[in-house]
Amino acid sequence: MTPTARAPKPECDIAIIGGGVMGLSIAYQLGKRGVSDVVILERGYLAEGASGRNGGGVRMQWSSEENILLMRESIELCRSFAQDVGINIWLRQGGYLFLARSERERAQMERNIALQNRCGVPTEMISADEARAIVPELNTTGIACAAYNPHDGVVFPWPFLWGYAREAMRSGAELHLFTDVTAIDQASSGFVLHTSKGKLRAKRVLNAAGAWSPAVARLVGVELPNRPHRHEILSTEPLKPFLKPMVSLLSSGLYFSQSMRGEIVTGISVDDVDDGSVKLGARLQFLTKLAREITSVMPRLSEVKVLRQWAGPYDVSPDGHPILGEPENIPGFYLCCGFVGHGFMMAPIIGQIYAEHLVRGTNHEVFRRCRLSRFVEGVTEPEQMILG
Amino acid sequence: MKTIVCRCEDVTLEDIRHTLAAGYATVEEVKRYTGLGTGPCQGKECMLHAARLCAESDPFLGTPFTARPPLAPIALGVLAGEKD
Ligand SMILES: Cc1cc2nc3c(=O)[nH]c(=O)nc-3n(C[C@H](O)[C@H](O)[C@H](O)COP(=O)(O)OP(=O)(O)OC[C@H]3O[C@@H](n4cnc5c(N)ncnc54)[C@H](O)[C@@H]3O)c2cc1C
Repeated sequence: MTPTARAPKPECDIAIIGGGVMGLSIAYQLGKRGVSDVVILERGYLAEGASGRNGGGVRMQWSSEENILLMRESIELCRSFAQDVGINIWLRQGGYLFLARSERERAQMERNIALQNRCGVPTEMISADEARAIVPELNTTGIACAAYNPHDGVVFPWPFLWGYAREAMRSGAELHLFTDVTAIDQASSGFVLHTSKGKLRAKRVLNAAGAWSPAVARLVGVELPNRPHRHEILSTEPLKPFLKPMVSLLSSGLYFSQSMRGEIVTGISVDDVDDGSVKLGARLQFLTKLAREITSVMPRLSEVKVLRQWAGPYDVSPDGHPILGEPENIPGFYLCCGFVGHGFMMAPIIGQIYAEHLVRGTNHEVFRRCRLSRFVEGVTEPEQMILG
Repeated sequence: MKTIVCRCEDVTLEDIRHTLAAGYATVEEVKRYTGLGTGPCQGKECMLHAARLCAESDPFLGTPFTARPPLAPIALGVLAGEKD
């Protein structure tokens, strides 16, 4: 992945802006379909964006059928990742345990579980005592019930990027790190991208710039409704493996899991000023809020030390669903953004669906549902199972 | 002979050379690929050595990784205000 002073080649079929998990997953799937005339432009180092900063949770517990089915397929792709891409992503299917405190949360949980079951996902509603049988260290005071799907899990995010990038390059794609796209001209047959390493002419452009995608879209005069939101997370000292599932509280959005390295990886949402800019500073306010919440549900963790905290950008779309496809007035300019806090787990399946779309023009149902124009048409169905 | 660069995570000089040869050339990438600097000292001991190794081919690549708070490990109970 060495960033070189080398400039991108002068022309290509598809230019991908953003070397996060989305851009790289699509590049990998294009390569698998014999499309090699691809250039990926990444402003920072590999994994500089949200894809290098996330919690690695992969789950099928969602409130919309679309997300349940897509994530189920994504998790299948994670299971065969080592064979397909040749790298270990440390998938551990220890389940996701959602805890509800109020009757309102219980009702929401019941509705979601019924839908998940109809989609073939075996989530179960369990009692607080049953939750304690799965995680004996839980303090279940005030917990009304829980939802548990044993097939959800956690992954180690970085190898996805390394594997996708390596395979995409092997099939002919160019990856340019530390290469910023600063302007885009619309030409007669495509686009001219101005980058910090020179100009690149591309027939098609894919905006996979995550939380920075509104700024990239503005380069061709398109206004996107998604907004960046700082999401903070931390990692503790490593412990002997003891925690099986990812645990999450619906009331506060707290989540915690144990990574394959033994660390507790945990996050919670903290309010922030929304001025449209991407903020990545780590705050003490987050540490204290998280510490209070986690030590109240898992008192045993009081003694455990925090090693490091950091932040990453959620790319928040108004209804919690991504924005895909071409805006009506700019054919050839493809959007792949708005993945909020669950883009990592969507990337394996979205890469496959998007590559099919670019290569064969196939229109998976998700392109209709996730079109940009839904926001002006006013036909949105918000996803409820968004944490943080 | 083995030369340990990161004592918290047991990362050797050879591990780093191997990582650079695989194309992970910046300190941030070396950190993620090897785990260097992710232990209790958070790179206070090893980061400079890693940066020097990365900078051998291009000074830009030796840019240090972002230091993460807290400065030293702190127990969650202390942060929660349960004890001092
Ligand atoms: C703390 C945290 C925890 C999360 N936890 C989870 C989780 O448990 N499970 C899950 O599925 N998801 C999780 N997410 C969400 C997930 O990380 C993202 O949805 C996903 O990584 C988005 O990938 P992306 O490729 O769209 O964006 P990114 O990874 O952000 O990639 C976009 C890239 O575009 C580059 N770029 C921007 N502008 C330009 C430009 N002009 N020129 C060139 N390059 C540019 C950026 O440098 C960046 O690398 C979490 C996110 C955060 C922040």
